[in-house]
Amino acid sequence: MARNVTTQRKIITTAAAWTIGLIIFFPIYWTILTSFKTEAQAINDPPLFFAFNWTLENYAIVQERSDYMKFLWNSVVIAGGSTILGTLIAIPAAWSMAFVPSVRTKDILLWMLSTKMLPAVGVLYPISLVFVQFNLLDTRGGLMVVLMLINLPIIVWMLYSYFKEIPGEILEAARMDGATLKEEILYVLTPMAIPGIASTLLLNFILAWNEAFWTLNLTATNAAPLTAFIASYSSPEGLFFAKLSAASTMAIAPILILGWLSQKQLVRGLTFGAVK
Amino acid sequence: MGQIELKQVTKSFGTTQVIPPLDLIIQDGEFTVFVGPSGCGKSTLLRLIAGLEDITTGHIEIDGKGATDVVPAKRGLAMVFQSYALYPHMSVRKNIAFPLRMAKLDKAEITKRVEGAASVLNLTDYLDRRPGQLSGGQRQRVAIGRAIVREPAAFLFDEPLSNLDAALRVGMRLEISELHKRLETTMVYVTHDQVEAMTMADKIVVLNAGVIEQEGTPLELYRSPRNTFVAGFIGSPKMNLITGPEAEKQNAHTIGVRPEHIDVVESGGQWQGTVGVAEHLGSDTFFHIHNTGLAEMLTVRAIGDVSLRHGDAIHLNPRAAEIHRFDAQGLRIS
Repeated sequence: MARNVTTQRKIITTAAAWTIGLIIFFPIYWTILTSFKTEAQAINDPPLFFAFNWTLENYAIVQERSDYMKFLWNSVVIAGGSTILGTLIAIPAAWSMAFVPSVRTKDILLWMLSTKMLPAVGVLYPISLVFVQFNLLDTRGGLMVVLMLINLPIIVWMLYSYFKEIPGEILEAARMDGATLKEEILYVLTPMAIPGIASTLLLNFILAWNEAFWTLNLTATNAAPLTAFIASYSSPEGLFFAKLSAASTMAIAPILILGWLSQKQLVRGLTFGAVK
Repeated sequence: MGQIELKQVTKSFGTTQVIPPLDLIIQDGEFTVFVGPSGCGKSTLLRLIAGLEDITTGHIEIDGKGATDVVPAKRGLAMVFQSYALYPHMSVRKNIAFPLRMAKLDKAEITKRVEGAASVLNLTDYLDRRPGQLSGGQRQRVAIGRAIVREPAAFLFDEPLSNLDAALRVGMRLEISELHKRLETTMVYVTHDQVEAMTMADKIVVLNAGVIEQEGTPLELYRSPRNTFVAGFIGSPKMNLITGPEAEKQNAHTIGVRPEHIDVVESGGQWQGTVGVAEHLGSDTFFHIHNTGLAEMLTVRAIGDVSLRHGDAIHLNPRAAEIHRFDAQGLRIS
């Protein structure tokens, strides 16, 4: 029997959803709003929600003081590079776990995920030493590798669950049709898993973009991405909320737009396997 | 050419041996059907021939050349899967062309062969569709098309008709048989349906628990089953197997009589019973008979529409010449 949905119930759930949505969105709204205030208005008490003189001076000052494009480029290269690198490693890994599993495959998957539970600061010292040793500090390459490694378990897991949905017989058919392993993955598996791979790439890109612990600790100037750009405005110089907000808005805008444009893919990626 | 030879082949999964040492020769051009109940190892045996599973011990030869360690792609065999296993992201044309593309044939040759296969299989109008837009029968034809363009040494079919409805199955059965007559290529066909086996095969291999119970032409198996397993498996409806005093009278542990070899008579039959379910097909009538004192139930086939109903008494005469005798081990006594 279909569930009886009353109008009252619909109104309550809709209101609740909007409330939760607005609460989640509020910090972002506040940041964007503050970026258009003057420093005095930004710390005004009571807080100003609407009525103030809009100004773009914070953006101008931020542009003047720091080279936004350089940080943006670093973010794109690091997040993009770590994503591509991660995918190249994760596709074969997920392939083997999904299609030629051993008795230990489940354990390996869980073990990989368990590394995500390790506090990052716990390995800060050894990783810093490795970076010093190999001259990787403040290089984009070094950061790419670290971000790829910390996100790899998630990429492998996501791809694994996608690949699991693909019938093994199709890959066997490709093998019978004369495809080598490379051709099988390139022409059959990957095209069939495109939606899954796309949402995995997207999520990984967002995670890498937002990653702040390693990017702040392992970079100084050359490889500093947008996270460092934001951090540079919450400095001992004093409280510059409006400028900090302007910097934050500039840093999150690209990924916010990307997320907005691809939300359908993302939702499908995150709920995959749950709804069939 | 496509002679396949299995020599002392075994297969184990972990510690479980699913195929004990097995020898089999499939002649060039022969239509061989592996038949048996589910779990008898017939699909595993086909996958061993295909190379999709590695054999545990033994040798496989294709056309006299060792194929044991050859990857599936290099064995020159084509396979049609139960689930069709078409590439969903490719059009019918690309699906059929895929093996040729993998073989690095030139474009003109690929187009020629794909169109040839499509016209043979009535797929010309569907070449630009995706598999998702086709019916079950059309998908199966695409799968067959993908197999024939390669001109393989042998075709392997893994229960290709099980996903089709009954009417379509009969049609496809004929199409595959005709294809075999035309191509004269070796075909190895796995099914659990003994009707498919009987109608299509040059040679039937009956498997049970990984062991070949008997191999031979359909009529050899029908006329002289080597044991009670084959006797019960081949033929539809199943052969009646009778143990006890009636069998001992014939110096056997078990006797078998096919439903079509028992005549219904008006009175004074050698055996009597009461009609349980009567299935009237028009051309034949199948009686399921109880209270005979021979077996729990006997099945009898009468030609035409015989007007006996549920609960009626029935008199039966088995044809003496058609009685199969088996010993205590279930083996045929000749």
